[in-house]
Amino acid sequence: MPKVTVDGQEIEVPDGATVLQACELAGKEIPRFCYHERLSIAGNCRMCLVEVKPGPPKPQASCALPATEGQEIRTDSEMVKTAREGVMEFLLINHPLDCPICDQGGECDLQDQSVAYGRGATRYEENKRAVTEKYMGPLIKTVMTRCIHCTRCVRFSEEIAGVDEIGALYRGEDMQITTYLEQAAEHELSANVIDLCPVGALTSRPYAFEARPWELKKTLSIDVSDAVGSNIRLDSRGREVMRALPRINDDVNEEWISDKARYQVDGLSKRRLDKVFMRKRGKLQPASWDEAFKAIAKAKPGKDIAAIAGDMVDCETMFAAKALLKACGSTLVEGRQTGMDYDVSNLAAVNFNSTFGGIETADAIMIVGSHIRWEAALVNVRIRKAVKRGARVFVVGPQWDTTYPAEFLGDDLSVLGELPKHVVEAFKDAERPAIIMGGAALAKGALGAGLAFAESYGLVKDGWNGFNVLHFSAARMGGLMLGFAQKGGLKDIVAAKPRVVFSLGADEMDFEPFADALKVYIGHHGDRGAHAADIILPAASFAEKDGTYVNTEGRVQFAEKAVFAPGDAREDWTILRALADALKVEVGFDSFAELQAAMIREVPALGEEGLAAYGALPKGGSAAKAEGRIAAYPIKDFYLTNPIARASAVMQQCSSELLGGGELAEAAE
Amino acid sequence: MADRSPAPDTPELRERWGGFEFNESYRARADKAIARYPEGRQRSAVMPLLDLAQRQVGEETDTQGWLPLPVIEYVADYLDMPVIRVLEVATFYFMYNMKPVGKYHVQVCGTTPCMLRGSDGLFETCKKRGMKKGHVSEDGLWTLTEVECMGNCATAPMVQINDDNYEDLTPERLDAVLDALAKGEQPKTGTQEPGRHTSEPANALSSLPEMVDANHDYRKDW
Repeated sequence: MPKVTVDGQEIEVPDGATVLQACELAGKEIPRFCYHERLSIAGNCRMCLVEVKPGPPKPQASCALPATEGQEIRTDSEMVKTAREGVMEFLLINHPLDCPICDQGGECDLQDQSVAYGRGATRYEENKRAVTEKYMGPLIKTVMTRCIHCTRCVRFSEEIAGVDEIGALYRGEDMQITTYLEQAAEHELSANVIDLCPVGALTSRPYAFEARPWELKKTLSIDVSDAVGSNIRLDSRGREVMRALPRINDDVNEEWISDKARYQVDGLSKRRLDKVFMRKRGKLQPASWDEAFKAIAKAKPGKDIAAIAGDMVDCETMFAAKALLKACGSTLVEGRQTGMDYDVSNLAAVNFNSTFGGIETADAIMIVGSHIRWEAALVNVRIRKAVKRGARVFVVGPQWDTTYPAEFLGDDLSVLGELPKHVVEAFKDAERPAIIMGGAALAKGALGAGLAFAESYGLVKDGWNGFNVLHFSAARMGGLMLGFAQKGGLKDIVAAKPRVVFSLGADEMDFEPFADALKVYIGHHGDRGAHAADIILPAASFAEKDGTYVNTEGRVQFAEKAVFAPGDAREDWTILRALADALKVEVGFDSFAELQAAMIREVPALGEEGLAAYGALPKGGSAAKAEGRIAAYPIKDFYLTNPIARASAVMQQCSSELLGGGELAEAAE
Repeated sequence: MADRSPAPDTPELRERWGGFEFNESYRARADKAIARYPEGRQRSAVMPLLDLAQRQVGEETDTQGWLPLPVIEYVADYLDMPVIRVLEVATFYFMYNMKPVGKYHVQVCGTTPCMLRGSDGLFETCKKRGMKKGHVSEDGLWTLTEVECMGNCATAPMVQINDDNYEDLTPERLDAVLDALAKGEQPKTGTQEPGRHTSEPANALSSLPEMVDANHDYRKDW
């Protein structure tokens, strides 16, 4: 632990810290453009110059200089001030003065730092350099004249995303950032370079010229496009969500989010259900709430009533539905709408037990039936980190393009029982072995075999639990905690022949078996579920209601309401509360606070933000064998996995441009 | 600075160069270059490989050679590295030609010492022969490029043609060199000054004369 002096203040810094980090520990602000905590050190912007003794009698780039014992660092000397002014002056030589028409304006590092550290006036009278725009796909807009060559985008795509596609061509003043032959950046995290770009060179294409940062209301929310539960910030203006940005949470998403989480928000204002609809003479017609409630009451469901939760609903909605059904005398609730029926008697067996931070430290990882890049792009980033530290990765399932070296063991699940010798050795030698079971494996009933694998290779030991199930529905873990599951899955519900079926935004399920039932869709988008419904009750999306979500590692997180739902749409719990009145039953809550309190009384873990404890892993039983081939992964099109994304013009464009013309989702009725 | 952008990616380019592969002798040299680096560090050989590829293209087209995009992709594939990384290297260094060049690539140094010693005259000479900066002459023989310092300031002005340097030039001497090359002869490389061998002083020793016979400590003179 070297001791250094920063501006006369002596502090002790951790081994391996840089001078820049030492200054930050001492509470000094060091301006920087190229340095980023999560990327490698480039040292090419020179903005972080400080004076360091002992050393050469000139300012030094603090980001790339290790802090050593006895250093005297000055960040406030005249030399540092003029050095910063000089660097800033050079950076601005070729930077256009187009802040008034630049989307980065108001949240631009260069703007802020030139105010804080620049000279104030220009002495430059020659022509400025101009650089042609580069095409980088439907999400990233480029104005390369503004580029200051920090290479953060290059380092991000190489180091974090693992897809070498952005590079710096030519040299010196002519240096240009581009993709190879200006092809679109094609990975699920591509838009994070927009946040990384310290200037307005890479900005958001869908959000171009839409709003200024100071006009926006910022709401802390949780992403529901997958089960990672990325922490996001929704920026809204009036009743419209303008954009979603990542929040920093080192346990979950670090500071990245997937392109889908970022860009599906334009779908929040398209194809919305903003009126009550009822099917009359085979066609859905606008109706009133009263009419709809009367029709549901007229069906006299009694206890023949079921509720199926979709992938994006919050825990409160599910609890309210369960309470309603309970009051009616029914327990027919299910969240696994595609008909999966894995055992949920012990939630530890269906949880991502290693945690996302933990999986980084695994040294042998078996992925069974999961296209992780598409099912949880940010978990793939973690596994990539593990591989960089020397982990070996094996995959059972059809080939997909990993961003790290991985060995595919074929798509036959029976390989789990008879692993090749080198794989067995890798897991026997591993200190922190892990298995990740994906949806495709669960659908084939491989959960037992996974548990058996965990047992035979000692995946659970002191301070390490290597058994992981990776879900991709934001509602899944919350639903399972609330008991939204039948032993036989959806089949049990079908067998019970309910007279009324509530679909809580369930769009991926098969409505065919419920042909005789009154199908009530409580959701926000005119998607598959609404097409099949007899009655549509317009509800709120994740951005339009407070709610609790549990991610695939069992992390309870709370999202806030950013905007109001459009038209007649109401928050889901109020609809369910009104239905209780229509069905003449008591559910025991009249406000959101009461509902939440009741939910926490029943499942206390939902009341505490953070990891829920599920206890010990159950025994797998050595008899459990996995069989069958995984023909395909459940996600066919990364950009169109949920009703919001399917409604989003940006996601449709991504799907057709980047994935080669996936089918366009049908228009709403 | 010269335009370093790669030649456009056209169907014709793909058709001509899409099937590019190292021939036997170049493959041997490429593998030898790769073998210089430890296992797992093969991409360090990207610069020699690009040079070899350029030379083979040169042999195939009877020019100095250049790097069409499919050839760059071939090198990337050969080293199993992302093509954008190879393109970064190729566009950075001037020894790689990104556009087709003539049989002789005349690189005239225009940096200060050469300019003071008359490089403007050399450009004139080249222009008189129909060379134009950045273009291949009509007979396919010449490409003229103005380059920055090539490190021959003691024998300025200089010109680099393909792999050889020609130094101590005057317009007449450059004419002679170019005439010989055009005839298919190999002119004397290096300095063109009669009586001079390399970059030794042209006349009497003018600096550090006391150092000729023995070491001399100049510090007391400062």
